[in-house]
Amino acid sequence: MAEKLIEIKNLKQYFNVGRPNLVKAVDGVTFDIYKGETLGLVGESGCGKSTTGRTIIRLYDATAGEVFFDGENVHGKKSAKELKKFNRKMQMIFQDPYASLNPRMTVADIIAEGIDIHGLAKTRKERMERVYELLETVGLNKEHANRYPHEFSGGQRQRIGIARALAVEPEFIIADEPISALDVSIQAQVVNLMKKLQREKGLTYLFIAHDLSMVKYISDRIGVMYYGKLVEIAPAEDLYKNPLHPYTKSLLSAIPIPDPESERTRKRITYNPSVHNYGDNEDVTMREISPGHFVLCSAKEFEQYKQQYR
Amino acid sequence: MEKLLEVKNLEVSFQTYGGEVKAVRGVSFDLHKGETLAIVGESGSGKSVTSQTIMKLIPMPPGKIKGGQILFNGEDIVKKTDKQMEKIRGKEISMIFQDPMTSLNPTMKIGRQIMEVLTKHQNMSTSTAKERAVELLRLVGIPMPEKRVIQYPHEFSGGMRQRAMIAIALAANPKLLIADEPTTALDVTIQAQILELMKDLQSKMDTSIIFITHDLGVVANVADRVAVMYAGQIVEMGTVDEVFYDPRHPYTWGLLASMPSLDNDDKSELAAIPGTPPDLIHPPKGDAFAARNQYAMAIDFEEEPPMFQISETHFAKTWLLHPDAPKVEPPEAVKRRMRKLASTFEKPVLVQEGKS
Repeated sequence: MAEKLIEIKNLKQYFNVGRPNLVKAVDGVTFDIYKGETLGLVGESGCGKSTTGRTIIRLYDATAGEVFFDGENVHGKKSAKELKKFNRKMQMIFQDPYASLNPRMTVADIIAEGIDIHGLAKTRKERMERVYELLETVGLNKEHANRYPHEFSGGQRQRIGIARALAVEPEFIIADEPISALDVSIQAQVVNLMKKLQREKGLTYLFIAHDLSMVKYISDRIGVMYYGKLVEIAPAEDLYKNPLHPYTKSLLSAIPIPDPESERTRKRITYNPSVHNYGDNEDVTMREISPGHFVLCSAKEFEQYKQQYR
Repeated sequence: MEKLLEVKNLEVSFQTYGGEVKAVRGVSFDLHKGETLAIVGESGSGKSVTSQTIMKLIPMPPGKIKGGQILFNGEDIVKKTDKQMEKIRGKEISMIFQDPMTSLNPTMKIGRQIMEVLTKHQNMSTSTAKERAVELLRLVGIPMPEKRVIQYPHEFSGGMRQRAMIAIALAANPKLLIADEPTTALDVTIQAQILELMKDLQSKMDTSIIFITHDLGVVANVADRVAVMYAGQIVEMGTVDEVFYDPRHPYTWGLLASMPSLDNDDKSELAAIPGTPPDLIHPPKGDAFAARNQYAMAIDFEEEPPMFQISETHFAKTWLLHPDAPKVEPPEAVKRRMRKLASTFEKPVLVQEGKS
């Protein structure tokens, strides 16, 4: 496969360290993201998928573990200059298009904020031209530049969020539930836009969501998280055809499908973490079942999964 | 089958600074005993306003019922006073809301909130109401109900809160339950549990349900019949099979085509519906969907389409069903799901005004 853009090694993010209410939001997650691909990250709310995304981009300081971007560690001590360099390469699109845009700034200023910080435009004219260009890229137009966020619908705001992320010409974008707050007919518009931008600019995405059908559509590979751990990661098709971890199976069986007949015959599988019954000295790690398909399992389960795999 | 609810030509408007927002523009449907009707549509399509009007929960003013009738058990709700409505709300008709955190009272214990319904509508004594509250929590699948009944909403998880809300809604054995996006805020696994619970309770209590959602997967799961709303009107209505396997309205096509399907490997572009819904202060002339409709004809911009009947139970409001309309092919993704249904009429029939 292509070269690695991001390497995440044993990433841990704990909250309330040293206090009785310690939360292990992300507990030892390891995966890579390749250049130009879309990696989907799914799981229930509270499983740590958003925290993983936010820790990768250094919105949180990691408790332990490393994140490498193009071979360089993102975390650890950094000068302001080095940080700025990373911030330009990595951008984020947030879930709530209502809360993530400053209501007191015009659209032009929101989009140009990154351009100003990184000094990407030399003159006022150049700055505005860049803003217009970005608005056009995301399907809005020039006239929108001097308006305020409240004048836009949810789908349009999400487009502004995307334009803001693109303004600094990043290589990698973390999209944290970018379409969850949008209507069905608008969701498809935003997803199509993201795919088009990826084709044109060679972007790499980490797409965090809980809508599995959309994740399957947009992703090349999908990782499934459960209680702070990555339990399975595989190419998108493979994960849907051959889910191995019992949690993945239960998650897939719960997706409502817009087809009355298959809904009538649907069998839901429930996940009970005690089925693993791991012993104290069992080595539970990610093991590769088939090329690119990893499952969190013990040595014994590994053999079982290998037999199950078709 | 017995009709529980009949909504006839309902029109609801809101007076705002910008002008009069015509949120519901002539909606008619009926609901039988023990059946689930799903109303789907985008935000702003009027699905929530329709359901809230049935319970008369819209603030008046600025809201106003401009016309139409809502017959519940043969009595017109529109004419009822607030005092009379209090007897109906929670007892005959109850509601489950989308966000269980903001619709439960955070300062009251869960048990008290259930008992409130029982003491008010069923004249129960406090002690029997308490026992019944525990029973209800057990019924909706909350473990250790004796302990849970004296806890506050913040001690419940999202899924458990939604269960508690269902317990409150069902406390007085209502004949009609309106569920306004009850699972939208929940995870898929929890959503599946809640939907199963609702179906199970429905079969036990023979309640009719109006289920409002924008998730077509959920619709396929719960509904007997489906009404698709757009810009304050029902544009297509039929049994769940008719709407999913033989949709006729281009908006329904658009909705179905814009969802990626799980079992096909097709990576071609999703068929998004272009544009945004119309402004209901100045509803467009003709068909409200015309501007976003790739199949729109000249007449769509001139005159509002009438309802056409495709089978005993299937209706669609589009000029495409007119005998003079050209034959069009629905999008690829919709064609794949099309099936020939036995009940379909030979030709679509125009529905006469005032009868549907």
